[in-house]
Amino acid sequence: MRVADLVTAGLLMLLGGVVIYDAARLGIGWGIEGPRSGFFPFWLAALLVVIGAAVCVQALLWGSRHPFVTRERFLPVLKVLVPLAGFIVLTDPPGPWPGLGLYVAAGIYLGFYMRWVGRHDWRAVVALSIAVPVITFLIFETWFLVPMPKGPVETWLGY
Amino acid sequence: MGIDNLLLGFQVAFTPFNLFIAVIGILLGTIIGVLPGLGGANGVAILLPLTFTMPPTSAIILLTSIYWGALFGGAITSILFNIPGEPWSVATTFDGYPMAKQGQSGQALTAAFTSSFVGAFFSIVLITFFAPLLAEVALKFGPPEFFAIQFLTFSSFVGLGGGNPLKSLASILIGFILSTVGLDIVTGQLRLTFGFTDLMKGFDFIVAVIGLFGIGEILLSVEEGLQFQGAKTGMNMRVVLDTWKILPRYYRTFVRGAFIGFWMGFKPGGATPASFMSYAFAKRFSKHPERFGKGEIEGIVAPETAAHAAGVAAILPMITLGIPGSPTAAVMLGGLIIWGLQPGPMLFVDNPDFVWGLIASMYTGNVIGVIMVLLFVPFFASILRIPFAILTPLIIVICAVGSYAVHNSMIDIWYMLIFGVLGYVFKKLDYPLAPLVLALVLGDLSENALRQSLIMSQGSLAIFFTRPIAGAITAVAIFFFVLPIITPWWRRLKGSPASASQTPLH
Repeated sequence: MRVADLVTAGLLMLLGGVVIYDAARLGIGWGIEGPRSGFFPFWLAALLVVIGAAVCVQALLWGSRHPFVTRERFLPVLKVLVPLAGFIVLTDPPGPWPGLGLYVAAGIYLGFYMRWVGRHDWRAVVALSIAVPVITFLIFETWFLVPMPKGPVETWLGY
Repeated sequence: MGIDNLLLGFQVAFTPFNLFIAVIGILLGTIIGVLPGLGGANGVAILLPLTFTMPPTSAIILLTSIYWGALFGGAITSILFNIPGEPWSVATTFDGYPMAKQGQSGQALTAAFTSSFVGAFFSIVLITFFAPLLAEVALKFGPPEFFAIQFLTFSSFVGLGGGNPLKSLASILIGFILSTVGLDIVTGQLRLTFGFTDLMKGFDFIVAVIGLFGIGEILLSVEEGLQFQGAKTGMNMRVVLDTWKILPRYYRTFVRGAFIGFWMGFKPGGATPASFMSYAFAKRFSKHPERFGKGEIEGIVAPETAAHAAGVAAILPMITLGIPGSPTAAVMLGGLIIWGLQPGPMLFVDNPDFVWGLIASMYTGNVIGVIMVLLFVPFFASILRIPFAILTPLIIVICAVGSYAVHNSMIDIWYMLIFGVLGYVFKKLDYPLAPLVLALVLGDLSENALRQSLIMSQGSLAIFFTRPIAGAITAVAIFFFVLPIITPWWRRLKGSPASASQTPLH
């Protein structure tokens, strides 16, 4: 916990430093139309740096020595995070490459997670990875007219 | 004049479409409240994009109904599964889960729902009378008064939040800093973008809410390896009626809980301390304090009444001052802006049908809500019996859809992921998330109020002290800020370790 506290507080101070740097560029004083753009961010960031330092002191003096997270407890967290990142990349990868669209990616993601983590029956996996995207599509795309990223499958189906 | 307006409101709330919307909202809200990782704030945020095409009054009825539903849903998981869906349901688990284990879950649930209803109803009645008065006062407010109130809002997180005051302050500052990213409307300059076009749009609080509360919560619950092993619901008409016969005995606890809830609730972050305070008071004044924690029905009545009174009271500052009292109210406030309404006292002048429709819908929504949860508890409880490996990706997909829908942009889904990790780390390190979200929502308003005040005073901060109303509010705010410093001194002076109101707030 103590290390995590120190790292987080350090990052907050770094964030404060970056903001102060940009605020100084924008001007932190008084302009023609009142306080300039950097005024508010500057004071926020200055205070954040002070608080970050205080949290560091607090952690050093009284911080608990329990580990932030143990390896076996962190594994399930990663098992959520990594497929989630994969799902986003499948939907629409950053850069010029085309994605599969949200609905297809959601189906693959759901099926993968169900099979990998839950070891569910293949029939249930296939049924849900088709049903969930279709229902989501009907609710958002046709009922509430909220468009989601689409890919080749939707184009092929004429949407 | 008040009654006429309320009748006008009921005409709005009682249209078949709006009643239908309320039923849907309660249904969705209760499901959201039951599901891990989806709470009131987050559920409202995800469904906000669906309301863009609705008339504003129906939209707010949908969102508030989701909120009521989520409040009810929290009690179901606390009692049956010993999992508080929301922080303010923690106190409900103390006696709710023991009762459920003893086979009295029907009584426990009935008591919880009834108390929630009573607490909420009490607050709604008070809102009906106080909202117009408060709005009238607020109409005379200038930028210094509004800034002072925002200052007070954040000071109460530091002073009354119960967590680490330094970390509360850090959360507030982070929220404000994130809100300044992007175009500064006053000067037209780009701030903190460092040449990245994606940063020009800034950070949307909806995405922050979904990430921090939704994804963060899921990461926490998989880390803790939660197993949902629930007690049977055991609800039927007989149990409900029998419990209703006992409940009037606790009228003192109801009244006390409702007052504590309302009083704490219209200040931000009030619902959780209110529920604990109410529980502590009920225990102190009970003839059988030793029964608390072992399945005493009064131990459910006290926190539930207070939590719901507080949850409803959070709406009061949102509609009268434009300052949300809770993260969920903050998301609703964001909705108001998106629907083209100006939150704050002018609502009562410009959009009376909206405000009074909202207030009237609080009456109808809570009546519909309590009936629905009493009838359908087994259905809602069965949701938690869906295997975790299906629930987790399902909730994540819903979160991603909600994040994307805000601006139709992929970057928001990535932000959701980043905010999710941030929420996980912050929650573990005891940085409170609610003030961060509130600061992100109120950032622009606060900064503008500050700028205008400073322009009025030509740069002198004295303006926040010399104007009578602003001065009084600022004084209270400063008191709250120093409260964490003076409390230990005060205790040492009095020689008592802790009093009822200072029992653990977490």
